[in-house]
Amino acid sequence: MDTLLSTRSRKTAGLIVGFIILAAGIACSVAFGVTNIGWRTIVASYTDFNGSQEHLIIKTARMPRALIAAAAGAALAVAGSLMQGITRNPLASPSLFGVNAGAAFFIVTGSAFFGASGMSTFATLGFVGAAFTAALVYVLGSIGNDGLTPLKITLAGSALTAFFSSLSLGILLTGGQTFDQVLYWFVGSVAGRDMGIFGAAAPYMGVALIAALVLARHMNVLALGEDVASGLGQKTIYIKLAAGIVIILLAGGSVSMAGPIAFVGIIIPHLTRYLVGTDYRWGIPYCAVYGANLLLAADIGSRYISFPQEVPVGVMTAIIGVPFFVYIARRGGRS
Amino acid sequence: MSKLEITIRGRKHSFQISRRTLTVIALLMLANLAAIIVCVGLGSQTIGPLGVIRAIFGAGDPSESMIVMSLRMPRIAIAVLVGAALAVSGALLQGIVRNPLTSPDIIGISGGASLGTVVFILYFSHVSIRFMPVSAIAGAFAAAFLIYLFAYRRGITPLRLVLIGIGMATAITAFTYMLILTASFTPTAVAVKAFTFMTGSIYGVSWERDVATLLPWLVVLMPVALLYARHLNVQELGDDVAASVGSRVQAKRTILLFISVALAGAAVAIGGAINFIGLMAPHIARKLVGPAYGGVIPVSALIGSLVLLLSDLVARVAFIPLDIPAGVFTAAIGAPFFIYLLYRHRNGAS
Repeated sequence: MDTLLSTRSRKTAGLIVGFIILAAGIACSVAFGVTNIGWRTIVASYTDFNGSQEHLIIKTARMPRALIAAAAGAALAVAGSLMQGITRNPLASPSLFGVNAGAAFFIVTGSAFFGASGMSTFATLGFVGAAFTAALVYVLGSIGNDGLTPLKITLAGSALTAFFSSLSLGILLTGGQTFDQVLYWFVGSVAGRDMGIFGAAAPYMGVALIAALVLARHMNVLALGEDVASGLGQKTIYIKLAAGIVIILLAGGSVSMAGPIAFVGIIIPHLTRYLVGTDYRWGIPYCAVYGANLLLAADIGSRYISFPQEVPVGVMTAIIGVPFFVYIARRGGRS
Repeated sequence: MSKLEITIRGRKHSFQISRRTLTVIALLMLANLAAIIVCVGLGSQTIGPLGVIRAIFGAGDPSESMIVMSLRMPRIAIAVLVGAALAVSGALLQGIVRNPLTSPDIIGISGGASLGTVVFILYFSHVSIRFMPVSAIAGAFAAAFLIYLFAYRRGITPLRLVLIGIGMATAITAFTYMLILTASFTPTAVAVKAFTFMTGSIYGVSWERDVATLLPWLVVLMPVALLYARHLNVQELGDDVAASVGSRVQAKRTILLFISVALAGAAVAIGGAINFIGLMAPHIARKLVGPAYGGVIPVSALIGSLVLLLSDLVARVAFIPLDIPAGVFTAAIGAPFFIYLLYRHRNGAS
C-alpha cells in the first residue's frame, strides 16, 4: 500500500493533527463572521456570561452553527465511506440514497397538510423522512438473489429521488403559502439553526459513529469481496444491514441538521483512502475528523465569498466537490 | 412466415414488421385519438365530443373553437410530441446501455436540459423566449457529453455509463437548486417558474412558439431512430457478437446516443423535466410487441403520448382551478411502476 501515512505513529499523528484543526476550526467558526469576536470574549461568554449581545450571538448562533457543521460533516463523510464500501461504487454518497429528497418531501408534506412549522419540527420530520427513504432504497436495492448490487441500489435511489422531488415540488407549487418557508430546505445550510436541533440529532449520530467504529473491522473483511468474506465465515448480510442502519442514522441526522449537503460524502472518503489506505479502522475516524473539518472550513468560507452576504454552505461544497467528482469518475473508470 | 410479417426491402435497408405490431400500433393510434378528444373536451368549460370534432374542422361555434384551437389543442399537441420524444429517447437509451432500468431522466440528461433552462430563466430573461429551447438542448448535450467523456475509456461500457450518469444527475440537480436559491435577486415568482419547469409542466404552450419549435426535431429524429433500430437489435446480443456480425459498435452507439439526447433535450426544452415516461413506455411497448426495436420504437412513442396526455388531463382537471405540473402525475404512476420493474428484474433476468 503506497499511502501517504504508512506507519502507525504517523497515522496517529495525522489523527491528532486532525483534532487540532477541528478545535481551531470550531474556534474560527465562532470568531469570524459579519462581526468578528475576540478570543477572550468567546471564553468569557462561557465562563462569565453577562447577557451582552456578543455573548448571546456566541451562545445562540455561532456555537450551534459550528457544532452542527462539524457533526454534519463527520456524519456525511463516515456515511459516504460505508456506502462506498457496501455498494462498491466509488461515487456513492448519502445523497444517492435519496435521503435529501425524502427529507424534503416529509417536511413539505408536514408543513402543507399538517401545519408543521418551526425549525425543530422540520428537523424531526427531515430525520424521519431521510431514514424512511434510505431504508426503502436499501430494501429495494437488496431484493433478489444477488442481494445488494451497486447498480440496483443506485437505480432505486435515483428513482425514489425523482419520485419524492416531483411530489414535493407539486405540493409546493400548489400551496403557495408554504413556498418561502420550506424553500431553503432544498439547499444545505448550517446558518440559523439553534442548539435544540443539534441536541435532538446528536445522540443518534453519536451512537451511529461508535457503531461505525465497531463495524470497521468487519468492513475490512467485506472489502475483500462478498465471496471471500462469507468464505471467511462472515455473515455478510448482517454486516451490510448494520452498515445500512448506521448510514441511515448518520445521513438522516445530518439532513435534519443541515439539509442536503452534497459531495462531502464523496470527497472525504477518497482523501482518507489516499492518506491512510483502505483500512476502515483508520478510515472511519479519519473520515469523521476530516469530514467535520471540511464542512467547518466550507462554512467559514461561505461567509466571505460574497461578503457580507452569506452563501449556503451547500454551494461551497458543490464548488469544491464537482471537480473532485470528475476526478474520481475518471479514476474510478480506470481501476 | 409471410402470413405474420410484412417485409419492406430497399437497396440498403429492409424492415420486417409483424402483423401483431401493426395491430398494436393501429389500436394505440385509436386510443390516442380518443384520449385527444376527451382531453380537448374536459376542462373548466366542458365541450362535448361532437363539439370538439366540429371545432377542429372549423365548423363549431366561435367561442368553443377559440378554446379548442388556441388553448387546448396546442397543449395536447405538445403532450403528444413530448411524450413520444421522451419515450423514444428512453427506448434508445435502454437499448444502448442494455439496462432496462434507465432513462434520460435517471442518468442526468434531462437534468442537464433543466439546468440549461433554469440558467436561461434566471440570467437571460431579457433575451427572447425563443432561445429557451436552445439553452435546454445545449444543457442536455453538455450533460451527455460530460457523462460520455467521463465514462469513455477505450469505448463505453453500459454499467460505467449508468453509474457515472447517476452521479452526474445528482450533481446537476444540486447545482440547479443552488442556482435557483442563491440567485439573491430571484423573486419567488421566478423561483416558482423554475421549479415548475423542473417538475415538468406543459401549461400555457402555444402553436407558434412551442409546437413549431419541437416538431422539426421530431420530424427529423424519429425516422432516423427507426432507421437505426436495427443496430440496437444487434447490440442487444453483446458487443462481441455485434462486432463479429460486422456492426461498428462504438460508432453506432455514439450516433444512437446522439439521437436519444437530442430527443430528450428537445422534449425537456418544451415540456420541462417530466419523469418516468422514458422509463415506462419502452417497457410497456416490449410487453406488447416483443423486444425487436423496429416495433418497440413506434409503439413506445404512441404509449408515451398516451401516458402524458392522460397525466396532463388529470393534472389539469382534477384540481380546478389549480393547474398542477403533469410531471407530478407521471412520477406518481412511474415510481410504483419502477419498483415493480426492479422487483421483476431482481434476479438479473431481463
